[in-house]
Amino acid sequence: MRVLMFGWEFPPHISGGLGTACYGLTRGMSSIKNLDILFVVPKAYGDEDQSRLKLLGAGDVTVDIRKIRESQYLKDLSYIEINSNLVPYTSPEEYEELVNKVENKGKRLVETSMGGKLNFTGKYGKDLYEEIANYAVVAGEIALKEDFDIIHSHDWLTYPAGIAAKRASGKPLVIHVHATDFDRSGGKVNPTVFEIEKTGMQLADKIIAVSNLTRNTVIDKYGIHPDKVVTVYNAVDPLSDQEKLQMKRGITDKVVTFLGRVTLQKGPEYFVQAAHKVLQKMDNVRFVMAGSGELLEKMIHWTSALGISDRFHYTGFLKGDDVFKMFSISDVYVMPSVSEPFGISPLEAMQSNVPSIISYQSGVAEILQYAFKVDFWDVDALADAIYGLLNYPSLSEMFKKYGVKEVHDMKWENSGKKVHNLYKEFVK
Amino acid sequence: MRTICIYFQVHQPFRFRRYRFFDIGNDHYYYDDYSNESILHKVAQKCYLPANALMLDLIQKNKGKFKIAYSLSGIAMEQFRLYAPEVLESFKKLADTGQVEFLSETYAHSLSSLKGREEFEKQVQAHDQLIKEHFGQEPKVFRNTELVYSDEIGAMVAEMGFKAMLTEGAKHVLGWKSPNFLYCNAINPKLKLLLKNFKLSDDIAFRFSNKGWPEYPLTAEKYVDWLNQTPEKEEVINLFMDYETFGEHQWKETGIFDFLKALPSTVFKNSPFTFSTPSEVARKLQVVSAVNVPYPISWADEERDLTAWLGNELQQEAFDKLYSLGEKVYESNDAGIQQDYSYLQVSDHFYYMSTKFFSDGEVHSYFNPYKSPYDAFINYMNILSDFEIRVNAAVQSTVDDHVARLSKIIKEKDEQLEMLEQRLASKQKPDSKKTVGTKTQAAGKKSTATKKPATITKGSTTKTSGSAKRAQTGKKS
Repeated sequence: MRVLMFGWEFPPHISGGLGTACYGLTRGMSSIKNLDILFVVPKAYGDEDQSRLKLLGAGDVTVDIRKIRESQYLKDLSYIEINSNLVPYTSPEEYEELVNKVENKGKRLVETSMGGKLNFTGKYGKDLYEEIANYAVVAGEIALKEDFDIIHSHDWLTYPAGIAAKRASGKPLVIHVHATDFDRSGGKVNPTVFEIEKTGMQLADKIIAVSNLTRNTVIDKYGIHPDKVVTVYNAVDPLSDQEKLQMKRGITDKVVTFLGRVTLQKGPEYFVQAAHKVLQKMDNVRFVMAGSGELLEKMIHWTSALGISDRFHYTGFLKGDDVFKMFSISDVYVMPSVSEPFGISPLEAMQSNVPSIISYQSGVAEILQYAFKVDFWDVDALADAIYGLLNYPSLSEMFKKYGVKEVHDMKWENSGKKVHNLYKEFVK
Repeated sequence: MRTICIYFQVHQPFRFRRYRFFDIGNDHYYYDDYSNESILHKVAQKCYLPANALMLDLIQKNKGKFKIAYSLSGIAMEQFRLYAPEVLESFKKLADTGQVEFLSETYAHSLSSLKGREEFEKQVQAHDQLIKEHFGQEPKVFRNTELVYSDEIGAMVAEMGFKAMLTEGAKHVLGWKSPNFLYCNAINPKLKLLLKNFKLSDDIAFRFSNKGWPEYPLTAEKYVDWLNQTPEKEEVINLFMDYETFGEHQWKETGIFDFLKALPSTVFKNSPFTFSTPSEVARKLQVVSAVNVPYPISWADEERDLTAWLGNELQQEAFDKLYSLGEKVYESNDAGIQQDYSYLQVSDHFYYMSTKFFSDGEVHSYFNPYKSPYDAFINYMNILSDFEIRVNAAVQSTVDDHVARLSKIIKEKDEQLEMLEQRLASKQKPDSKKTVGTKTQAAGKKSTATKKPATITKGSTTKTSGSAKRAQTGKKS
């Protein structure tokens, strides 16, 4: 069975949980016999090692394809990059900002057979929707050239590509909902994005949601029949030895950490409020907000106004090893997300032996048992949970002891198998 | 003789309110009055009142032949008195029939039997006192919280003067033996044991309304058939269950009351069985053997052990921390603190912290006011933290009082001594012969008399709590 998969980012360029999830899933499926994945990604950066790229001169479509080898037990993954500038987790407004920054780059033309030259990324395309549409056109081209049995699209930016591929080939389409605009926008849904999402869901033959929370959103907000929507939970890769490296702790104080984008969706203000409450009762504790985002400045002002700046620290955006270093000096990890379709980061915290507090409004809350769950808005409960984990040792000991095991049992192989079983419904 | 022994457990905990860490040291009221009152009202309406009325009716109709036993926790009785005195009245009416036995247990429906005799005995006495007050009975048969039992607990209960005790007929303890006989404690054979027939008890308590159960619907006729099918030489069928089975766990609509109503007459009509109270069973039947229970058992879950209350680290920490305060609680001599101590011991609080819901989920979540065991734990620990602060403060103040009182006594004695010495000195001068006589006489009478003032004088020079301690030990000896 061959799968044509449309993603939007892939290591090394990862801006959010989606890239990690796509990567994990494809790796998890790579152990399945007789299953090949052709992974298509819009190339957002252009700084990949060109010498390793092999140009695929397939008719009129100019696309890059490269083989990547993950580790010896995995087989090769066919990987296609399309010159585009699609950056995940950006709103159309943000996209415009981004485009203006890179405007001075040269023109790139992509030939298509669909009526002459298509100015695919002239100045990297000013309009995100245009980019998506162009991506879809190219996707249709690929679908005509390549041989495959099923199409799999990850999140809204690639739904039109999936639809185009389906139209071109007549093959079944599975779309994978990692987030909806209801999660990203905090309620202020962008009607165009909503429309793209809804069309994708309607035209898909099967919809995979990353949690029941997301599944319910798909059913309730987009009016999709429940039978069509299936939940397949994400998983997490085991820690590498490098990631297990411990950082030396310079302070004796306890450390409570928030790690994620400082945006409405992630609920940073509830973390600040809870910190304020805890600090009124304890003085041997420090709070860290690791991440950047549109609300960061507001948070900095607020913590100053509350008079807790001496105990509240900001690290900015952390990536790679720094994330695990941060975990290694943390006593409690907090994810007070207002709306989190899944949420991989608490799993990473738990892998690093850090007890986690997560909101009931996260998909991961549906499968985690050794984590403290609170409603994101319930600041008292959140503060109480932080205080309890810091002061009553048996609770954090229990979370550490069983949490590692619990997370260890969440394997991408299992998610991959479930997805494969879904494919089998359509491909005999 | 073949007989049926029915016993019902009646218990409602004082549920805690949501107690946050910032309440510690600021707010010393721990209870959710609204929940406690509304739940008690609900259960009274659905279960206690209609079930008691039915029992009274059955007892009166069957003229001395239908008998039952209850074990009411002290906490439940307290709540009846507070929120639903009519329930207490209806139990009194049942007691007046003379066909109802009230069993002994711990006041707080606690697990104190696992923490040594002192606290346990205090609670049992407090409970039995209340039973006597309300129902005029002095309990002779003991029923420990959730049928918790071990050889040691049994021996302790026997020493406290009880004739018999109820516990679970747990498979892993009985092996091939049948629960349908009278047994005795392995350490002290004087304590007789009534073992629950969990199959026949749970048929009513848990399976009655389960439509997926092959035996559904259960009728009194079918049930009496099962009783008849038990081997003829087996003497007693012990049916032990939560009273809330009737009307609360199994709703009225399931027909549970009709089943109960039809049971006695069907038993009399279709079987040779009689009904007996636990005391009667213990008196009339012969003990067939001892049962060995080295590790505590209970009637809970598949495992029939303590893991529902003390199975995880959270429960252990909370439990140990609570009982570590015991000594101070009684030193504090503060009625409010002692009352809270009792309410903190209610086993339900530990049950709420169980992480066993992963397997035995349904029953656990049904009884749990908390969203998760972690919520339950943190709430409990917050309350316990506040309680500890209060206990320490109270003990400190009693120690201070104690020191002040003793210092005062020492000071008075010093003054007295000084006065006496002066008098002695003044008398020694004119008549030396006489004083020698009295001196030897005094020494002969009480050798300690001369020593004692000396230690006190020594102690009084350093007015620390150390001196108080010494004075105290002097007093004790």
